Amino acid sequence: MTPALDPDPSPADRLRAAPQTTAALAVDRLRAYYMTHYFGVEREVRAVDDISLAVRRNEIYGLAGESSSGKTTFLKTVAAAVRPPLTVVGGSVRYGFLDRDIYALSRAELSAIRWRRLSYITQGSMNVLNPVRRVRQSFVDFAFRHMGLGRRAFFAAVEAHLARLHLAPNVLDAYPHELSGGMKQRVTIALATICRPEFIIADEPTTALDVVVQKDVLAMIRNAQREIGSSMLFVTHDMTVHANIADRLGVMYAGRLVEEASTAEMFAKPLHPYTAHLVASLPKIGDPTRKESLSGAPPNLADPPTGCRFHLRCPLAMDVCRAALPALTTTAPGRRVACYAASPLVTPSAAGGAKSLGAIQ
Amino acid sequence: MAGYAVYVLRRIGQFVLVVFVGINIAFFVTHATPIDPITAAIAAATRFSQADPQAVQVTREALRELYGLQGNLWQQYVAFWMRVAVADFGPSLSAFPTPVSTLIWRAMPWTFGLLSIATLISWGLGNLLGGLAGYYRRNVPLKAFGVIASGLQPIPNYVMAFVVLVLFGYVWPILPITGSAQINLPQGWTLAYFHSVFQHALLPVLSLVLVGTGAWFIGMRALVSNIVTEDYVTYAELGGVDRRRILVSYVMRNALLPQVTGLALSLGLIFNGAVITEVVFGYPGLGNLLIRAVYAGDYSLVIGIASMSIIAVAFAALVVDLILPLLDPRVRAA
Amino acid sequence: MFRIVKDLVRYNREFALGAVLILLVLAMSLASFFSPYPAEMQYIVPFDSPPSWHYPFGTNSRGQDVFWQLTFAIRNSLAFGIVVAALSRVVALVVGLTSGYLGGIVDRALMSINDTFVVFPPFPILVLVYFIFKDHMSWALLAVAMASLGWPYDARLIRSVALSLRTREFTTQSLFSGMSTRQILVEEHLPYVLPIVFATTMNNINWSIGLEVTLSVIGFTNIDTPTVGTMIYWANQHTALVAGVWWWIAFPVGLVIVTFIGLYLLSVSMNEYIDPRSRLSRIGGTA
Repeated sequence: MTPALDPDPSPADRLRAAPQTTAALAVDRLRAYYMTHYFGVEREVRAVDDISLAVRRNEIYGLAGESSSGKTTFLKTVAAAVRPPLTVVGGSVRYGFLDRDIYALSRAELSAIRWRRLSYITQGSMNVLNPVRRVRQSFVDFAFRHMGLGRRAFFAAVEAHLARLHLAPNVLDAYPHELSGGMKQRVTIALATICRPEFIIADEPTTALDVVVQKDVLAMIRNAQREIGSSMLFVTHDMTVHANIADRLGVMYAGRLVEEASTAEMFAKPLHPYTAHLVASLPKIGDPTRKESLSGAPPNLADPPTGCRFHLRCPLAMDVCRAALPALTTTAPGRRVACYAASPLVTPSAAGGAKSLGAIQ
Repeated sequence: MAGYAVYVLRRIGQFVLVVFVGINIAFFVTHATPIDPITAAIAAATRFSQADPQAVQVTREALRELYGLQGNLWQQYVAFWMRVAVADFGPSLSAFPTPVSTLIWRAMPWTFGLLSIATLISWGLGNLLGGLAGYYRRNVPLKAFGVIASGLQPIPNYVMAFVVLVLFGYVWPILPITGSAQINLPQGWTLAYFHSVFQHALLPVLSLVLVGTGAWFIGMRALVSNIVTEDYVTYAELGGVDRRRILVSYVMRNALLPQVTGLALSLGLIFNGAVITEVVFGYPGLGNLLIRAVYAGDYSLVIGIASMSIIAVAFAALVVDLILPLLDPRVRAA
Repeated sequence: MFRIVKDLVRYNREFALGAVLILLVLAMSLASFFSPYPAEMQYIVPFDSPPSWHYPFGTNSRGQDVFWQLTFAIRNSLAFGIVVAALSRVVALVVGLTSGYLGGIVDRALMSINDTFVVFPPFPILVLVYFIFKDHMSWALLAVAMASLGWPYDARLIRSVALSLRTREFTTQSLFSGMSTRQILVEEHLPYVLPIVFATTMNNINWSIGLEVTLSVIGFTNIDTPTVGTMIYWANQHTALVAGVWWWIAFPVGLVIVTFIGLYLLSVSMNEYIDPRSRLSRIGGTA
């Protein structure tokens, strides 16, 4: 740990169970659906349909996919922020710092780990801070009870933390509406990292910002993560941001994970046709080739097509694609893909879908 | 801080506009219509008797002076505004020679007292319970309260007052139903007097509160249900902020802002309700005074009350509007 | 629109209940056309007889059958309320749509006027009007006076809908295809605004009937016309409660309360149906 200007919270607080794996987060066969009934019509929207992945310690795992791929729902389930009509139908979510599934925690236990072990960064330009209170009050609300410090020491720690992230301390006295979008996002990042959590979930943190501010904010996020040594699940649809910040990358389509690899490999040699399309659509300076758009639209998650969910828009679709869902298979160390055309190792999935993770490579 | 100054000036400007338009309306209704109040008054007085023409002429002149109807329309207009400016509408016809303003000032505290207490209770209670009902959606007692409130809310003030009167005046006569205090009790700062005032105020306040609370409850509940889905509330929940603090500092604080604005907008209606309730309970406020003035054909008193009502409500709205920026920092900046 | 109504009746309890109550009230009003007794005549049946098979709501001290009087009364009160609501809807729509759509200085000016009128307490002003016009007072005059006081609250609601419509794409499209402001407001925006207008109309009818009852009971309207308020007025004149003729007061008050609650339920359920966020909680998303 870097020399801390804010003292380490008391070790008694930390629930350090012996880790079963080296994963900071292990998601196993997670399924979460929106169950609605409205004016006599019942629907089941399969937003997260059988996802298994693992995030290692001290790594940034990027999750890519277009809107309505289920990324945001996935985040909500992983953060245990599930509200009806969204329901977790199956699977488990295990963090490295907990000895059991997060959904098995009691309300008090969950409250104890929130922010201290698991924090959240959202799209900052929207209003995530209480509009009728100054910023310092938000810091008190979120972090004071975890730090175990007296009031004066607490604010000293906060100001030191802000200084390290190159933020002026007078930002504490401002009201949220007095800050620009980029400023608010920086404050949110400071807020999310002040308790030095083991895991940070970032939900499109740079999407609502202009490109210049994006660069700064991304740098800030990367520095903060490196300094604390936490793991991060970073969700955005913007592939260039992933190229910039993610160590490993997972691609979601229609509620399922279709490919996973290290960022360098993903960009160099994408296996799944959808990933290939995403990578190819990025403009490169000096490259005059036309970018084709995919025909069709993402499938209706309430009534997904049989077989591979991508086959209706896929240029490589075969008969087997129409018949059965491909399982997410490990084709090489650190590489997983769910496409029959990508590798002969890929077989139709069993009733559960992706094979269970087991040991992490 | 400059933002606040601009806001204050704008609100005061609005207040001036309201008073101006309102008093103009009062003027034109009374002076610019083909109906001549003096003829009507004379006709009422001479209905059953013969009158000496000279006496009638003198009365006509006297009334004209009393009512400020001398000269042409413009002169009457100026005279009218001068009266409003100093709040002096001349002597009252039915309680001659007591000035109209004295009668109004005597009645005003009763109306004001009734109004403030009833509004405080219904706004405060309605918002508190509505906020809790919106946050704790499955709580059964709160749900039941909501159903009752919905049921009572559409009933107009007069009907509610009447029902309360019948229930507690005839069916179950436990409380006094007219007047502000026991008649033979000397006024003053004595416990006995306060007790009597309290007893007499109970039914009118009850009637107003029964009708008023429902509206605030339902509005607050809807507001809170929406605010609970706002980003800053979900974020605070993700942050594990203490639930009670979320309820008070994040949800209620933000929900109260539109309710304060709503209060300013509803003051006209609240005043209306109070005045009507007074009529039913014979409470010696402006409402009662107004009705008796109409029965007695007291021109100056009626105009005086109408004008002062407009000014009073406009002023109350101004006060409430000036409190809003203290609660909402975003308004200060705008 | 018809499909919306059908859905509401089937799945929304409040709407169904409100519809039932209002149908009841309408039935009573329509029954007035079949009344065996004309409305204005008095002393045609034995007076002060309690409710019985022969006289379902009893008879009053003026020798009238309370039931049939009530059918006229509710018809007149309802008609009056609808007229006032209609008149004030016109003003509210014109002000709200124009203000919300045009914005800028027009919006500021109209909202200043709006905020001026919203503060006026209706009762003292209407009493003043009655005082001046006394015997020349007519229902038409009263309706106009009330309509001119009853529009501001709803104009603001319509304005906020219009504001949100202004920034939608189809508005820019209509503008570029050469539609005039009036055309856009009437042909494009009006359908979106109609549900909220419907909800506020119910509220306004309640408000105007309530005010009519209040004024009539004190005797400040044309007391020879049978309305709910004038019925209560006459009952008070004949000290019905003290004399024990409770049915003369109970039935008009009861029926008018049914009217109020019915209209209120309709307005509230329509509001909830329109508001997309409340729909979310009805989908089964109550936390």
